[in-house]
This record gives sequence, structure tokens and C-alpha cells, in this order.
Amino acid sequence: MNYGIVIYVLGWILRIEGVLLLLPCVTALIYGERAGFAYVAGAAIAFVLGFALSFKKPRSTKVYAREGFVVVALAWLVMSLVGALPFTLCGDIPNYLNAVFETVSGFTTTGASILPEVESLNHCSLIWRSFTHWVGGMGIFVFMLAVVPLLGGSTFNLMKAESPGPVVGKFVPKIRDSAVILYGIYLAITVTEMLLLWIFGMPLFEAACHTFGTVGTGGFSVKNVGYMGYSPILQNITTFFMIACGINFQFYFYLLAKKFKLAIGMSEVRAYLTIILTSIILISFNVRGMYTTLEETVRHAAFQVGTIITTTGYATYDFDKWPEFSKSILLILMIVGACAGSTGGGMKISRVVIVVKGMRKELNSIIHPRYIKKIQFDGVPVAHETVRNTNVFIAIYFVIMILSVLLVSVDNHDFTTNFTAVSATLNNIGPGLSMVGPTQNFSFYSGFSKCILIFDMLAGRLEIFPMLLLFAPASWKKYT
Amino acid sequence: MKIIIVGCGKVGGTLAKQLCSEGHDVTVLDKDASKLRAMSSGYDVLALEGDASSYSDLKEAGVEDADILIAVTDSDEKNLLCCLIGRKTGNLKAIARVRNPVYNSEVEFFRKGFGLAMVINPEMAAASEIARMFRFPSAINIETFAKGHIELLTFHLPEHSKLAGKPLTYIHSKLHTDVLVVMVKRGDQVTIPSGDFVVQAGDVLSIVTGHGQAHDFFGKIGIETNRVKNVMIVGGGKVTYYVAKKLIENGISVKIIERDRTKCDELSDLLPRAEIIHGDGIDEDLLLEEGIEVVDGFTALTGLDEQNIMIGLFAKSVSKSNVKLVTKITKISFDDVIAGLNLGSIVNPKEITADYILQFVRSMQASVGSEMENLYKLPDSNAEAMEFHIGEQCKACDIPLQKLRLKKNILIAKIYRGDHLFTPTGSDYMQVGDTVVLVALREHKITNLDDILES
Repeated sequence: MNYGIVIYVLGWILRIEGVLLLLPCVTALIYGERAGFAYVAGAAIAFVLGFALSFKKPRSTKVYAREGFVVVALAWLVMSLVGALPFTLCGDIPNYLNAVFETVSGFTTTGASILPEVESLNHCSLIWRSFTHWVGGMGIFVFMLAVVPLLGGSTFNLMKAESPGPVVGKFVPKIRDSAVILYGIYLAITVTEMLLLWIFGMPLFEAACHTFGTVGTGGFSVKNVGYMGYSPILQNITTFFMIACGINFQFYFYLLAKKFKLAIGMSEVRAYLTIILTSIILISFNVRGMYTTLEETVRHAAFQVGTIITTTGYATYDFDKWPEFSKSILLILMIVGACAGSTGGGMKISRVVIVVKGMRKELNSIIHPRYIKKIQFDGVPVAHETVRNTNVFIAIYFVIMILSVLLVSVDNHDFTTNFTAVSATLNNIGPGLSMVGPTQNFSFYSGFSKCILIFDMLAGRLEIFPMLLLFAPASWKKYT
Repeated sequence: MKIIIVGCGKVGGTLAKQLCSEGHDVTVLDKDASKLRAMSSGYDVLALEGDASSYSDLKEAGVEDADILIAVTDSDEKNLLCCLIGRKTGNLKAIARVRNPVYNSEVEFFRKGFGLAMVINPEMAAASEIARMFRFPSAINIETFAKGHIELLTFHLPEHSKLAGKPLTYIHSKLHTDVLVVMVKRGDQVTIPSGDFVVQAGDVLSIVTGHGQAHDFFGKIGIETNRVKNVMIVGGGKVTYYVAKKLIENGISVKIIERDRTKCDELSDLLPRAEIIHGDGIDEDLLLEEGIEVVDGFTALTGLDEQNIMIGLFAKSVSKSNVKLVTKITKISFDDVIAGLNLGSIVNPKEITADYILQFVRSMQASVGSEMENLYKLPDSNAEAMEFHIGEQCKACDIPLQKLRLKKNILIAKIYRGDHLFTPTGSDYMQVGDTVVLVALREHKITNLDDILES
């Protein structure tokens, strides 16, 4: 472990967080809120710590996979701990553990809240809550790589550790250019949605917060009733952008580069859209009696499917009241998640596709013992390492899920609550079913359970391995 | 610049690493996924799996809008085909590594007929390097400019030299030679010296001279050039053939020891004036019998690095004290260990290949329309020597040099006009048609002749 570089990068992340914390400061200035001082203090703390840590450039700037994973996990932890301070300082969330839960939930784009009602919060707290979604959605390291000319060659390991999906690729040779392209696309989508929501009648502040929540596929709202109070057209716009942000951003890069054939050929995107369409049809059919018009049925079905598969977590209807079949579909979608290389969470479509193909191959090799088949994806054979990594990922994923359910069950709530709470945090969705349903919140859990859920959220966003490596003694060994 | 490197072996890897650190957009293409993984996690390059001769793979790598295509896979034919595809698809400069001696006489055709910018043969390049080392045994490094008319030599100034402790003006005023010292390195300090600079023993000097004048200069400042008159070579591969040929052309007699009888026969056909010995080069007695103790130059060029090292060490221990020893090392990469082994000059064909290509790319970078022809990095320093051909009017032309407002640490070393080579004085001026060699620190980032002027 190259401690020098880990500390240096952590310092830079804190510096960036200091800059990001200026947004709520400005908001407080606009609304004339005294709570803004808490954010100024937060920014100051982040700056001071950041400059102290990254004051000296380390001798060796080599980032091996090991350093990449550990520094990313640590950074997300530190970032959340610092980001939670203003909530407690300004008194909006007096309990620090609750504030950390809220911040982690924000950065990991989970959207699970411990707040029973949000409308009494300061505007600066509301925008910071939503803004963490925006930053966490595309990733703080990708942002750092885009704006800070940092370390030369080996920063790819940082991007690899933070970006979701079984295979992480660059669009163009330079990692910095790739990061700039990603954030460029992201920013364009954000601005478009914000304008559309505003034009169609949402107040600008709410439009900004909800846009951050949508494109980051987070799910924090500034309204107690969430999306239920908005007009159908606003709901539909949000459905569209949620689903759009669950698509692999490579797709948009191909569109920009005018490589339409490659864009349409992306089997992950096709599978993703097919799953969405099928789910909408099935759920619409299942809940047909509950609404007056077909339009309303499909609108609610589409919004809920979109919000769950992209792991956003908004709701236009309390889907806890839906029939079991629809709820089960949503539960499956929770686990499947969005595309790799998107802002969404979950297991990722591409992993599911690889595993399903692997299963078929395994079955075939029982029937024909000498059967030889390479698993293909987008017409290219998948490397053996990728297949192995995917299988292991899914195994660990379920182990963590089962262990978490076991640990959380100490609080003695019902199984549906515990299971969906773990599933909603590990997959970065937000609301689950029963006591953690879309109209409920997580505040009733004990401190211990909250810690477990915080771990689950971070593990889910960083795709497990970085968080596990953080606890592996071997990764802390000094090599130089 | 957008650069595609096809083939990710030692040469491709070195190039990718270097070009990447110089800020180019580098894409590497290879068949081997594990090599690519190592590449992309270590360096900021785009690594793609694909075949060198596949049009669609090259297209995916972006051959259509690339500036340079470098084909360094292990197959000559693939490299050529790859470059052909590149030339047909995009407007780029193509560089191919071609090593089979069969193609040697076709290099000109490849360049003209196929439109390749550069065809490089690693063994040939290594051989030129080795042959040059035997011609100037005291030099660390030799580069040539203006099609070989100008030479740039780098050497250690020994204790007993007459030049030690004297200012550089001494060279002109007392020694009457037309030699210009362009760089002095003392410890880690690199200077581009003016006339009153006093050199000390132990300094590393770079000098620019006309072809053939260096011997005279070395003689006058009291460095024995101990001309190598005979060279013993162990191993009879491709490099040996090229080296022997070049040495014989320079009037140096060559003795080759080769284990394989058929190879001996071939060499004897190709090199009638060389002395071919059929025997094993790791046989101590044979080497002694053939006079390893009295040769002026010795080089081990077998295919095995370990063998070359052992033979080299043996030669050092038994030969004359001033023997010029060259050891070829291809695969082993423990540079520091090898440097401590007292093996004389080390020659690595792959590194030489990479260096040649790098030089080409760097001179390409000298933006479109600029007239830079050659660019060399002086050994272990941040100074560069470059060659310009003045094709059109530039701001610095036709003005006496003493009136030019040059940036600091820039030295106009030589002007080659028509057939006439001279070291310019303050009253000389550059004019259209000249070839100019100048030395500058890298921080000036000179890509165009106009860049030398203070802005």
C-alpha cells in the first residue's frame, strides 16, 4: 500500500467537496437562511483538511489496483462523514449518525431517508441533500479526473474502482478526455431535464432538486408526498429521464460520435429496454382495476418500473398497496438494476446477461460433456476473468444480503421490512416495502442497523469489492 | 497527435509509455488481452483487442483520423499490410518494423511504392550503432545530421586531457579545429556553454563536428582514440552479419565465431573478407586460442542474453585494458544491475528501435509546415539537438546572428550550405536552402525555427 498517494488523493477529494459545498452556501444566501453558516463551516473544514492532506505530492504516484480500490472506498467514507457535518451543525438533522446515513444515502444515490418529513428543512439542506445525488451518480473520482490534472498514467485504476459494471472502458485514449465527455453528457441531460420540468410548471428550486435526484438516480425529494403531488406531464418527463440515465453512457457517446449502428447494437441497452417494456405491460395488466383510465394505469406502472429498475426511488403511487405479483416484479427489478456504466445501481443488466448465458452453457455441458462454448457479449467473446469476476460478484452480493438481513433482524421488525430495507440500500434504490415503503422512512432502525445499512449502501454503489478490500489486512500492507 | 501502435511487445510497450508521457493520444492494438490489460492499467492509453491486418479492427482503433500508425508486431508481412491499410484509409504517416533481411533491398520500394514514412529493421539499427561504437571507442553516443555530414558526439573528458581546466575558446584559438562544444554536463547540471566556459575533467561533453574531423580533435586534446583495427564477434546471427559488413567497409578486420556449421557457411559466402571460425563461443580455450587477449574490439551477439553477459565478462577479464567491449542484451531488463557489471557499451535492439521511432515522431510533432528534419535528445540531459532545413523565408533568416535576439541557452552549432559546412560566427547568417543544426534546452519546446527568437 502506497500510503502517500492514498492520503494525497483523499486530500484532493476533500478539496473538491469543499467547492461542492459552496452550492448550499449560495442557496442559503439567496433564501437568507442562517443555516448557511453551517455549510460555510463545512466547506472550510473540507478545505483545511483537504489542503493539509494534499499539501505535498507523494514521491511515488503509482496507483495500483490495490491503492485504487482502497482510496475510492476510503474517499467515499470520508466524503460522507464530512458532508454530514452541516446537517448536524445547522440542526436540521441533530443526530450525527442520522446525518451520516442521510449523506451516504445521498452520495450513493440510494435516496433512503431517516426524515419523517422534509418540507420544514432549510433550502440549503434540501439542495445539498439532492446535490449529493448528482455528484455520487456519475462519481466523484470521475469528476476529479475530469477537472484535476493529477497523477499521470495510472489513474485508470481509480476510475475502474468507482465506475459500475463488469468491464470498464474508456471512450478515448486520454482518461481525462473520457471523464470530461462523461460529465459533459451528464451535464447536458441535467440541464435539459431541469429546463423541461421548469417550463412545465415546477418551481425552479424543486426542479433543480428533483433533477439532481433523477439524473443521479437517487430519489431524495423536497416534498413530503414526493412525486404524488405533481402533474402527469411532470411525472412523465421524470420517467423518461430516469430511464435515460439508467442507460450505459457509452450509448450516448456512440450517438455523439455518430456511430448509430454500434449504439443500436448494444445488447445491454436492448435487454434493459425490453425488461422495462415487459414489466410495464405486466404490471399495467395486473393493476388495471385500481385506476380509472388506461393512461393513468400505464403512467403509474411506467413511473414505478422506471424508478425501481434505475434504482431512483421516487414514487407517484404507494406501490406497497399493489397486488403481490406487481410487488414481486418490482422486487426482482430492484436486484437486477440498471445498465453498467450508467448512474443507476443494482447488480447491473450486463452481469445478469453474462450469468444467464453462463447458466445455459453449464446446463449444456452437463448434457454434452465435451461441449465447448465461449460466452459472447455484443458479438465479442467475454474474457474468462470477466465471467469469473461476475460469478464471484453475484455470490458475494447474496452473501452480504443474507448477512445484512440477519444482522438487521435483531431489531425485530417483520421480514418484508428487513429484506426490502437491505435490498433497497444494497441496490441503492431507497424505498422498500412494508415499514420502509415509499411513504415511510428508515428512522425507526437502531443505530447498529443503520451502520449495517450504511455499509450496504456504500458496498452497493462501489460494487462491493472496494468496501471488502478496505477490511482485508493484506491490502494495508506496506510494500515500499 | 493521435497515434496508433499495433503490437504491444517490448518495442510497442516502450513507445506507448513514452509517447503517452509526452502527451499524445495513444491507442494500442494487440491480439493478447493480458498484455493489453497490463498496458491500460499502467498507462493512460486506449487498449483494444484486435488483429494488425484487420481493416475493421484498425478502423475501430480510429485509423481514419490518426496522425501516425506504428506497426511493430512480430510479423513483417502483417506490419506492412497494416501500414498499407492505414495509408489507404487515412491521411497518416506509417511506420513499419521489417526485420527479415530478404526485404532489405526493398526498403526503398516500401517507402516510395507503399508510401511508408519509415521502415525500421531493429537488427540493422543495432548493427549501425555497434559499428559506430567501434569507430569511436571513446564516445558514449554518436548521432548524425545532414545525411551523415554532421556528427554529434558525446564523451567523458578524461583526467589527462589537455582541454581540462581550459575555456572553450581554447579549442579555436590554440587547437585550430572547427569543433563546437554544444553541451556540458557536470553532475546533474546541464549547460549550453558559451566560449568562456571552463571545462573540467570528468565533465560529459557533446560536440558537433563535420564527418571525420572528430579523430583529429580527439588527438589534439589528448584523448587516445585507440582506433579499433580488429574486432572479434561471437555469434553469427543477423546483427553479426550487418555489423561485420559495416566494419569491413570501414577497413576493420573481423573474426566471427559461430557454433552452427551451416550458418558459418552462409556467413563465409556473404562476407568473403571476414574470418569465420566454426566453434562454440562459450568455450574458454577457443576464445583464448583465437586471440581474445589481443583484440581491439570484442562483442558478444549471440541470441542468449545470459551467454552474452558471461562472454562479455570473460572478455573484460582477459583482454587488453583498453579493449572496446560491446554487449548485446535483448530481453533482460535489470538495467541497473547490468550497468554495474562492467560490460562496456550495452546495445539493445528493441530499445534502439523504439528510440528511432520516437525521434521520428518527435520531429513529426514539429507541427505541420515546420521544417524540422531531425531531433535528438542528448544522453541523460534535458537538452536537444535538432536539424532544420530552411525551406522558406523565416524571421531569423538573412540577419547576422549577432543581431538576432535568441532565447537563452540556444546555440546554433553548424550551418551546411551547398557542399560547405561551417561553424557560424556572429557575422554569419542563415538563408533559404541551408541546413542548420542547433542545440536547445527542452523547456523551450522548439518546433519551428522561428521559436528560437525571443518573442
